[in-house]
Amino acid sequence: MREEKAPPAGAIAAWAAAFVMFFPILWMIITAFKTEAQAIAIPPLLFFRPVLSSFAAALEESGYVHFAENSIIVSLASTALAVLIAFPAAYAMAFQPGKRTQNLLVWMLSTKMLPPVGVLVPIYLICRDAGLLDTRTALVIVDALMNLPIVVWMLYSFFRDIPRDILEAAQMDGIGPRGQMTHLLLPLASPGIASAALLSIILSWNEAFWSINLTAAHAGTLATFIARYTAPEGLFWAKLSAASVLAVAPILVFGSLAQRRMVRGLTVGAVK
Amino acid sequence: MAALELRQVGKWYGGFEAVKSVDLTIEDREFIVFVGPSGCGKTTLLRMIAGLEEISSGDLFIDGERANAVPPDKRGLAMVFQSYALYPHMTVAGNMGFALKMAGAPKAEIEQKVNGAARILQLEPLLGRKPRALSGGQRQRVAIGRAIVRNPRGFLFDEPLSNLDAALRVQMRTELVRLHQDLATTMIYVTHDQVEAMTMADRIVVLNGGRIEQVGTPLELYQRPANLFVAGFIGSPKMNLFPARAVSVGNGAVTLELSAGRTLSVPMPAGLIAPGAAVTLGTRPEHLALVDAGPFGGIVDVVEHLGVETLLYVKDPEGVTTIVRTDDLSRVRQGETVSLALRPGRGSLFDASGHAFFHLSPT
Repeated sequence: MREEKAPPAGAIAAWAAAFVMFFPILWMIITAFKTEAQAIAIPPLLFFRPVLSSFAAALEESGYVHFAENSIIVSLASTALAVLIAFPAAYAMAFQPGKRTQNLLVWMLSTKMLPPVGVLVPIYLICRDAGLLDTRTALVIVDALMNLPIVVWMLYSFFRDIPRDILEAAQMDGIGPRGQMTHLLLPLASPGIASAALLSIILSWNEAFWSINLTAAHAGTLATFIARYTAPEGLFWAKLSAASVLAVAPILVFGSLAQRRMVRGLTVGAVK
Repeated sequence: MAALELRQVGKWYGGFEAVKSVDLTIEDREFIVFVGPSGCGKTTLLRMIAGLEEISSGDLFIDGERANAVPPDKRGLAMVFQSYALYPHMTVAGNMGFALKMAGAPKAEIEQKVNGAARILQLEPLLGRKPRALSGGQRQRVAIGRAIVRNPRGFLFDEPLSNLDAALRVQMRTELVRLHQDLATTMIYVTHDQVEAMTMADRIVVLNGGRIEQVGTPLELYQRPANLFVAGFIGSPKMNLFPARAVSVGNGAVTLELSAGRTLSVPMPAGLIAPGAAVTLGTRPEHLALVDAGPFGGIVDVVEHLGVETLLYVKDPEGVTTIVRTDDLSRVRQGETVSLALRPGRGSLFDASGHAFFHLSPT
């Protein structure tokens, strides 16, 4: 009733806010199709003949494919590792909670509030001494650990939605924890596991701090690829934009495809 | 085929004692019903027997072996849950055969056992369906089927009928009794519904506040309730309770003074009660008869025609309602004044602490 009569002011404000938030990305995409001269023109050019030369340059000079490959491998492997650890952890917390389970969950989340730079030196030293600097292994492990609290939390809330009775029935049927996880939780919580995994992939794809600090040319991800464009030779806006578009495009497409599933995953328990 | 023995079994949740030192022996092939109001500990007791809940104190013996530390699946007991707890992603056949499959039984054996259970429960046409495509009654059958397939020594039922509608509940009740006869195994059944307890049990265990109030056959509980709690809990409509005082004792009879100075003489051996003691007289609705002049009575407030019988709700001058069961030919109308008397040899007497000390019997 109210919505019908509501003036469009709210809608206009929402659109305006969305536009402001989206504008940098929009400008980046526009700039990517300019030449370097057009990119730095003042006043900024709104109408121009789009060219692909910046994309060509970004792809050709800098080994985009190599970095993209690293990004794909690191995000998938770190997600697999995180889910592998989080799954039994969330099972234990959801179905055999102890006195301190709640505290443990909160503590795990609180590690996400710590600024990553605070542990930069120790982690850098560990990686150096283990000979893992500029390896994908280091990044896989660090990314997995960074995303672990969120993945545990998501799986935990999904598992809590599964009736306890079902697992107790399995217990009476003589099915142990491993059987319960593989034969009951895995199929029953698959939407939840999928959305936790999707989020983890996106987070580790976008992760820049650790990849810039722990990797270089060999194991660098697309985040390092973009960072390299702020080179001492000066800024090449068009090329930088093209490189950035190339870096974010895969995950944007992936994210929008997975959006509905993600929203379902993140709001589970809230609605119902 | 399991005989169970509980010796001083107790359960603590933190500082709360949910089950208080329960002693109980369950015979092989017995149909035992745990009944009581919600929060009385009946489900906790069942879950301790199942092994889903740890036993805080005391011992549980299954067929003479101490089973406190035996894991649930090794106790040889199968459980049917209130929510049915079917595996939602498996078919009916998958649900029933899951335990065997996980135990590594050969396919042919699983199929044979599943088909056998399906035949008993008339589930054969549904074997390929998923639980969500079943009605409540069918899901309940699948849950029972899953228990049967395991060929357990005993069955545990946790309020299995409470999610079904009334007609189906009555039907399932008789089916369960028949199943008990066919399978000839021990069954322990938890319910809050005293009608289920009365109709199905060999023996009923009445629980209240974590304690056993009384154990007995349905008729024992009905005719000889051990205390006021059991008297009030078992039987529908409820037993009428009249506060009274023993005014004179002697000669094989006691005279009770009811409220408002009315008196009633009850035959009773001497020595059970002292003159002046406060007692409660309990009478079932069918223990009272309409008479021309009697110690009870009042104005008929409500008349319920149930077909086979008629219930009268009689309000006495103090406003206390007495329920009387009369036959279907009763012509009593609402608003009439009636007089009631205790039928000979019926009724129970409870002392001041609520314990029954004498049941009249119609020799």
